[in-house]
This record gives sequence, C-alpha cells and structure tokens, in this order.
Amino acid sequence: MTNAIETTGLTRTFGDIEAVRGVDLVVKSGEIYGFLGPNGAGKSTVVKMLTTLLAPTSGTARVLGHDVATEAHAIRLRIGAALQEASLDDKQSGREILTMQGELYGLTSKEIKQRIEELSSIIEFDAIDRWVGTYSGGMKRRLDLAASLIHNPDLLFLDEPTTGLDPTSRIKVWEEVRALNSELGTTIFLTTQYLEEADDLADRVGIINAGKIVGEGTPDDLKRAVGSDVIQIRLISDPGPAMAALESLETVDHIERGPTGLLVSVRNGASSVSPIAVALDSIGAVVGELTLRTPTLDDVFLELTGDRIEVSA
Amino acid sequence: MTTQTRTHSTVKAKPSGFIRDLITIAKRALRSIPREPETFGPALFIPAFFFIVNIGALQDLTETLPGNDGFSYKEFQLPTAIIFAVTGISRAPGLVTDLQSGYFDRLLLSPARRLPLLLGLMVADFVLVVGLCIPVLILGLALGVSFGTGILGVIAFVLIGALWGLAFTGFPYAIALKTENPGAVGASFILFFPFAFLTSATVPLESLTGWLRAVARVNPITYILEAMRSLTGDTWEWTEIGKGLLAIAIVGTITQALALAALRGRLDRG
Repeated sequence: MTNAIETTGLTRTFGDIEAVRGVDLVVKSGEIYGFLGPNGAGKSTVVKMLTTLLAPTSGTARVLGHDVATEAHAIRLRIGAALQEASLDDKQSGREILTMQGELYGLTSKEIKQRIEELSSIIEFDAIDRWVGTYSGGMKRRLDLAASLIHNPDLLFLDEPTTGLDPTSRIKVWEEVRALNSELGTTIFLTTQYLEEADDLADRVGIINAGKIVGEGTPDDLKRAVGSDVIQIRLISDPGPAMAALESLETVDHIERGPTGLLVSVRNGASSVSPIAVALDSIGAVVGELTLRTPTLDDVFLELTGDRIEVSA
Repeated sequence: MTTQTRTHSTVKAKPSGFIRDLITIAKRALRSIPREPETFGPALFIPAFFFIVNIGALQDLTETLPGNDGFSYKEFQLPTAIIFAVTGISRAPGLVTDLQSGYFDRLLLSPARRLPLLLGLMVADFVLVVGLCIPVLILGLALGVSFGTGILGVIAFVLIGALWGLAFTGFPYAIALKTENPGAVGASFILFFPFAFLTSATVPLESLTGWLRAVARVNPITYILEAMRSLTGDTWEWTEIGKGLLAIAIVGTITQALALAALRGRLDRG
C-alpha cells in the first residue's frame, strides 16, 4: 500500500513560537487517520502545511507523492479540504459555490452538474438555490464538505469537521466520512479534539500535544498500551477522605479528581472493585455510583501528556 | 442528509487555465455587486450631489468672468463628477470579508492560478465603474452638456473615467491584502483627497493661485480631467488625451504594483 502522506521533521514557527515541532507522519492510502489534540496543539498548522496553504519552516512533506514545497499545484489538483470554519460566501447560493468550485478545478458544465447530483446525499438539495447566509451551521458544514469533494479528491483533509455542530449534525458528518472512505476509497486525514470522533472514525490515531506527536496507533492499541482499567466513582460525600483511603490500596495506580467524582486507574478492574468498595465503606463515604470501564483515548492522552483534553466549543 | 450508496463518477480535476480562472473569479464578483448595494449606492449619490451644488454655486461666477466667453461650467464639472463617482470603488471590502471568513483560503486551496484571484475582482470593478459613469453622464447630458466629438467622444469619456477608477483600485486591494481590515480599506479613500482637491476639479487651472497651481500641475488628476474635458470640445485633442492616459498609466502602475506586492507577500507569508 502506498503512502498518501509522509512527513519528516515537519516544523513551523511563527516568530518565537514553535507551533509544530518536528512532526514525522505516515498516512497510508485508503485509511482514515485521526489527528487528535487539544486546541492550540498544532493540528491546523499541520493541515495548512499539508494542503500547501502554509510553507514549512523546516522538514519535508510529501502528499500523494508530491513535495509540498515544490509541487504545490500537483497536490492541489488531487486533494480536497474542509478547514476549521466552513469557509463559504454568505451572499452566494449553494449551487453557485459548488459551480464556481467545479470551474476552478477545471470541470466542464456537464461534469459540474453531474457532481452536484452525486453530492446530493451531503447537501440539502431543497436549499441549494438559497443564499448560504440563510443556512444553519450544520448545512454550511455539509456544503463546505461538498465543495471540497466536487472534483473527487484522492485525499480529503477535514479540520475539526464537527466542532460546534449539534449531535445530530455531527453523526451525519460521521456517516458521510465513513461512506466516503469505505465506498469511494478516499483517504481521509481528520483532525479533531473530540475523543469519541477519533475513536469511532479513525483507523489510526496520532496524538499531538504542544506541536509534537506524543503517540500513534490504532485506537485499540493506544488504549491497550495504557494498561489500566478505570473505575469511575460518583461521590455524594466529601471526596477528600475517599482519595486518601484509596491511595493506600495496592491495586490503585492513579487517582484523579474529576468534576463528577473520582477517576481511579487500576491494574485489574474486575478484582479491584471489591477492595475499593470496602475501603470507601470503611471511612463512611457515601457513593452515588461506581462504574468500571476500559480506558478511553482521553485516558491515553492523560497517560501520554499528564493532562486531559480540554474541548472548546 | 440521507445515507445512500455513493455514485463513483470518473470526474477528476484538471488545470483550468488562466483565462477560465479569471472568468470564474470575475463572474462571482459580478454576481456579488447587485447583492451589496451599499458598496456602490453612495458612489451614485455623492457625485450627482456635488455636480448639482457646484453648478448652482459657481456656474454664474465662472461663466461671466471677463475672457470666459463660451465657457460652460457644466461641461467643466462633468468630468469631476465622473472622477468622484469611480474613485475608490472596488471589491476590496469583499476581499477583506473573504480573507476574514477563510473563503480566500478555499480559493487558494484550489489549483486556480494566483493572479486571477485578484485580476478577476478588477474585471468586475471595471464593469462597475463603467456602470457608475453612465447615470452621471446621463445627468450631465440632461443638464445640457454636449460632446462635440460625438458618440465616440462619449465612449472615450467613459473609458477614461473607468480606466482611472481601475487604476486607483490598486490602493484598496493592497490595503485589504496587507491589513485584512475593513476600516483601513474604507479609509483608503482618504488617499484620493489630495488627488481630488489639489487640482483643477472645481475651477480652471489658470484661476488657481500660487502653490495650489504648482501642486495641481504635477497632480495626475489634472491631466485626466483635462483629457475628459477636451472631449466635450469640437475636435479631438490628442495631446490632452495622451497626457491623461499617461497619467492613468503612471498611477495605475504604482497602485497595481503595490497590490501585486501585497498579494505576493500574502502568499509568501504562507
């Protein structure tokens, strides 16, 4: 299988700020690659470099076999991109935007008409002749996605495609991404700050923090690497004494105080529930709920960076 | 959105060519003009207002001066009104919106050539300024202005005005690309003030005194106005027309070089 993206030591600085620090990436053709990280981690800067909008300060990047620095035009012909904000013109209709997009990609009028029909599963066809300014956020996102697909790109970049969308619109975008990949074989490079998005969609996930890749693998491999199970405890009483009581247990690796209670990392979930419940009972802690779960990508991120992802709207 | 099996057409992107890119960008810019009447509405009203007020204030005074036999202040003022109508009119505010919304990035993501992204807007500007000249011209004709050079003179009159309008657009585009600030683009009209008022816009050059006449002599607008005024006479004054076109070429070269440098700077910043 050939590689859709290959970068070596990709770096970008803005003045004194090093936004991307030596990123090495390999994305295989035909896969969905999730690029996960918090706001400001450098995800969008990487996308801008890979889509030829931003020149790397140092390092190399090849997209579909072409160098981003010297073969930008060849790359632009074969990629599509929907950037972080739906970048559209509010005073044009959906059809006008798609038609113009098709013309810029050298499509004939007949081909543009054909592609608009083919993309009708994404756009809301009833609204296609209305000005984009009248669209909802979800409709704009989907039109933006359709605009990035008008020329049947081999590689699609989606920069936080669901940020700010309501859950229904988010699921619709996910369905579309899956279908593009499975039915058309489009390679997808998806940045996200949503853990469940990376978990559900991506074949492989790269975790970026402060401009560096800190982990990479399939979601399952990454979660397995954490090793610990997690016990979530919702406490009605003061969590302070409960934390102190649990820290002394041999089975407990790590305790974190969350907004709804305690997150306890344990080596073996099934055999740890009982001693934890006994320890809590012995100090008179009032427990609202106690749940055992396997690690999430959030736990992976915590393990790798010492912090949890703070999601911004 | 319903999930259904995607049709896999064989349509693929191909380079579209400079002219097609230019036409595509210009078509969108032209579509936008009637959708944003606020960008050209004042340019219709203000010149007509000044044209009528100046005639009311200065027509009798200037036409009755000794030695001014046969002088028509309406013919003298019409080019001024046209210049006021077309100067500073551009799609630069729309470009700022595109830069701020990220739509300009969408255009940069496409394989379109970079120069048409700017030139396409200027094609639309040219159409707009020609359109803006016409109502002012009709007002002048209705008030009794005549063209001794005939219909070709009228066409040349509009073309000179429109070419000046196009030459000036380099300033707002350079500012738009450099600052992404709609306020700064709006303020670019201030650059026109010295051009507009330190010249023979209101009274003939020979009536200006001292330093103002000296400044007006090196002001390109003076020569553009003289070229346009010459077309209301009975003969084609090729020297005057030539000087006017040269003045437009000089200003246009400077402003468009600034705009292209700003575009280049923006692309290189990437």
